[in-house]
This record gives sequence, C-alpha cells and structure tokens, in this order.
Amino acid sequence: MTDLGPLIPRNREAHPLAYYPDYKTSVARSPNLPLLSLESGPSEETGPTFGHSTFGALDNNLILNWTKGAAPAVGERILMHGRVLDENARPVPNTLVEIWQANAGGRYRHKKDSYLAPLDPNFGGCGRTLTDDEGRYQFLTIRPGAYPWPNRGNDWRPMHIHVSVFGHSFGQRLITQMYFQGDPLIPLCPIAATIRDRSQLDRLVAPLDMAHSRPLDYLAYKFDIVLRGRRQSMFENKPEGM
Amino acid sequence: MVQPLNSLTESASQTAGPYVHIGLMPTYAGNAGYYDQEIGVSPIADGAMGEVIQIVGSVYDGTGWALRDALIESWQADSAGRFPGQDGADPAVSGHCRFAADAVTGEFTLRTVKPGRVPSRHGRAFAPHISLWIVARGINTGLQTRIYFEDEDNTGDPLLARIEQRPRADTLIAKKTGDGAYRFDIRLQGDGETVFLDI
Repeated sequence: MTDLGPLIPRNREAHPLAYYPDYKTSVARSPNLPLLSLESGPSEETGPTFGHSTFGALDNNLILNWTKGAAPAVGERILMHGRVLDENARPVPNTLVEIWQANAGGRYRHKKDSYLAPLDPNFGGCGRTLTDDEGRYQFLTIRPGAYPWPNRGNDWRPMHIHVSVFGHSFGQRLITQMYFQGDPLIPLCPIAATIRDRSQLDRLVAPLDMAHSRPLDYLAYKFDIVLRGRRQSMFENKPEGM
Repeated sequence: MVQPLNSLTESASQTAGPYVHIGLMPTYAGNAGYYDQEIGVSPIADGAMGEVIQIVGSVYDGTGWALRDALIESWQADSAGRFPGQDGADPAVSGHCRFAADAVTGEFTLRTVKPGRVPSRHGRAFAPHISLWIVARGINTGLQTRIYFEDEDNTGDPLLARIEQRPRADTLIAKKTGDGAYRFDIRLQGDGETVFLDI
C-alpha cells in the first residue's frame, strides 16, 4: 500500500506457454483467445496484507511443524532461503511466501495422492513466512523426492518445492516451482519445458549454498524470486503529457 | 554497445499442480489443524457493511468438464469501493478469499459483500467487480479475470468497454439467481470462453 504506481506490464515471453501439448493437462485448460491487456488499476495495484500475529513459531519449519515440534521429519535436512525483489531490484518486505512439497519419498500428504511411496508420519509438507525488511525469507525443510505422474508413459517430476508469493498487490500474484541444482530430471520434465526461455528456467533452479549451510545439521539452497515492479509515476495525471 | 538496463525479469510462473491445496488450503487437502489460522478463509467478518451475496459457479475445461482441482483467489473493495488499507475502508472487509472447486461436484461458492464502484486513475469509475485469480494443474500461469454483476450499471466500465467482441463481455457478468445469489461460470477454452486479463 506504500506505492500505488501502475504495475509494469508482465513480460509474457518470460513465462510459460499456456498451451504445451507435452504437458497434457494444459491442452484442455489453456484459453484459445488472446488475453485482454489493460493498464493496471486499483484492483491490481492493491492487495491483501498479513499480520505477524496470524503465524505460528514453527510455520516456516517443515521438519517440525506437522508434529508441532514433537518429532522431526525423515530426509535430507535443508535450509531454503532467498530474497523477494521486484523488477526494479527493490526488496519486497513483509510479504507472504508459502511453500508446499512432497516428502523425501515423493509422496504428498493430500487425499488425492495415491503414489505407493509411504507418507512420513512426521511430515506435513507446507510452510509459510513473511519476508523481513530486506525481502529475505527462509524455510527449514527436507529435500523432496522425485515422483512419477500420469502424463506420458514414464514421466517423473524433478525434485521441486512449490512457491506462492503475494507481493504488495494482487497483480503481482505468482506461483512457481523451485528446482534443485544438478537434478538430471529437469531437462526431461514437460512442465519445466513450458518455459521457452532457458535462462528463465535456469532462474528457477536453486544452487547449493554451502556458505549458508550449518555444519553437522543442514545443507542450504538459495532461491531468489522476482515479482513485477511498478512504473515511475512522476508524470501521472498530467493530461498534457510530459 | 549500449548501457545495460539495470532491471530484473520477473520469475517465470509454473503450474500450481494438483496438490496446491496442501500449501494454500490445508483443511481442504485433508490436513485440518495444520495452521492455527488459515488465511483467506472469508473476505468479510461479521458486521461488514453492504449487501451480503453468494456467488456459485464452476470452472470448465475445453471439453465442458468442471475442474475438481481448481483453486481461486478473489480480491475486492468494500461496499463503498474502498480497498482494505485505504482511508475509511470497512475494517470488517479483508477483501481476500481463497476457495476451491468441490472435489465431487466441481462447484465453488464465494460468500462476500457486493463491492462498490471504484474510481480509475483517469477519472472514470469501474463498475462493481471482484477480481479473480485461478490456478490449477494444467494452468501454467495463473489466470486473471473479473466478476461483474448483471443487476449493476456496467455501461462505461473501462475494462468492459475494451472488449472488442461485445458478446464476450457477457462472460464476465454474473447472473442473478435469487436474492443476493449469483451464478458465475468460468470457461477456460472453446465456446463461451471467459475473457482473461493481462493487467
């Protein structure tokens, strides 16, 4: 709510194709007709805010939050951390970051997931946190396993963590996925391949970050997220122009 | 050579996948009690000013099948057209809601107050509307659209006016089905395809 300038139009070249036949579900769920483009207005330039009081102490600790701290999840312990910035490279402070993921065996705690890998009784698979004044966030979790999915005959999702970010306005709303450096399944994945620009896909691949790992405890992966920025508004509301 | 532009590119979107509810609606995913307080449970609290309304609908794919795994977020102004956080905004309106298609019927329900008209930057006013953002398996970038209301004066709305094919504007208008009750169906593809926005 601090800055009500118009949003910079989304660069759709940087985003996935809506229709990508190798990702079969997209075929019947992608609009045929073009999107209607319009300058952002109050409905897109404002958005929900969330207070610290809403969140619990373990909300960003997926190793412990399912059991309320009673027992830790099984798997490779990792710290996922990074910053949320806008396109002008300004930090996005105090914004909600939510994640969800499968357990170490690739099984989700969702009533619809029937993969034969077992649930971990000590792992739920979701977390949330607010960024700090410099846009930083962190989660403690376990590295999710790859899992098969019914698409082509033998498709497997790479290891990934789903990430949802609000920004400060409804028009910045973004859901994406974080992949892991060196995972050989990334180039085989039709969902990752919906992104045309290889450099944009590479930005969703988190590098191993030894400097932020804790010896004898956890490894770290760094994942920065960039949201839409706002246009300079110095010439707004001057019908005569500049 | 020219100087580099020191700007960043937005992170690429990816589909929310079939299990989006684990992260955003734990109770719906079967994990009730995960968080002490889930967010987006209702856009209004008791005592919100204005007319309480209920909007029911489905999200259909290109074959006419209602999605069972869609998750929708809504964002709106209060009954006087003020967004939460703006001066004088109704404190009982958070404006934000998360709701999902029913796993059996595919139908969603949004209970809220009808928003007021919202002034635009250029001196016009938007007719009362609710912004929607739809994510699901198979949707690679969240789809934005709006709900308008057939019993409101929608003439002059800057967004509706921009739709070249006039019959398509009708895809954004909720139909009244009773007192305070509306139906709003979303068609992702094909006949009657909903207008989706890039704003």
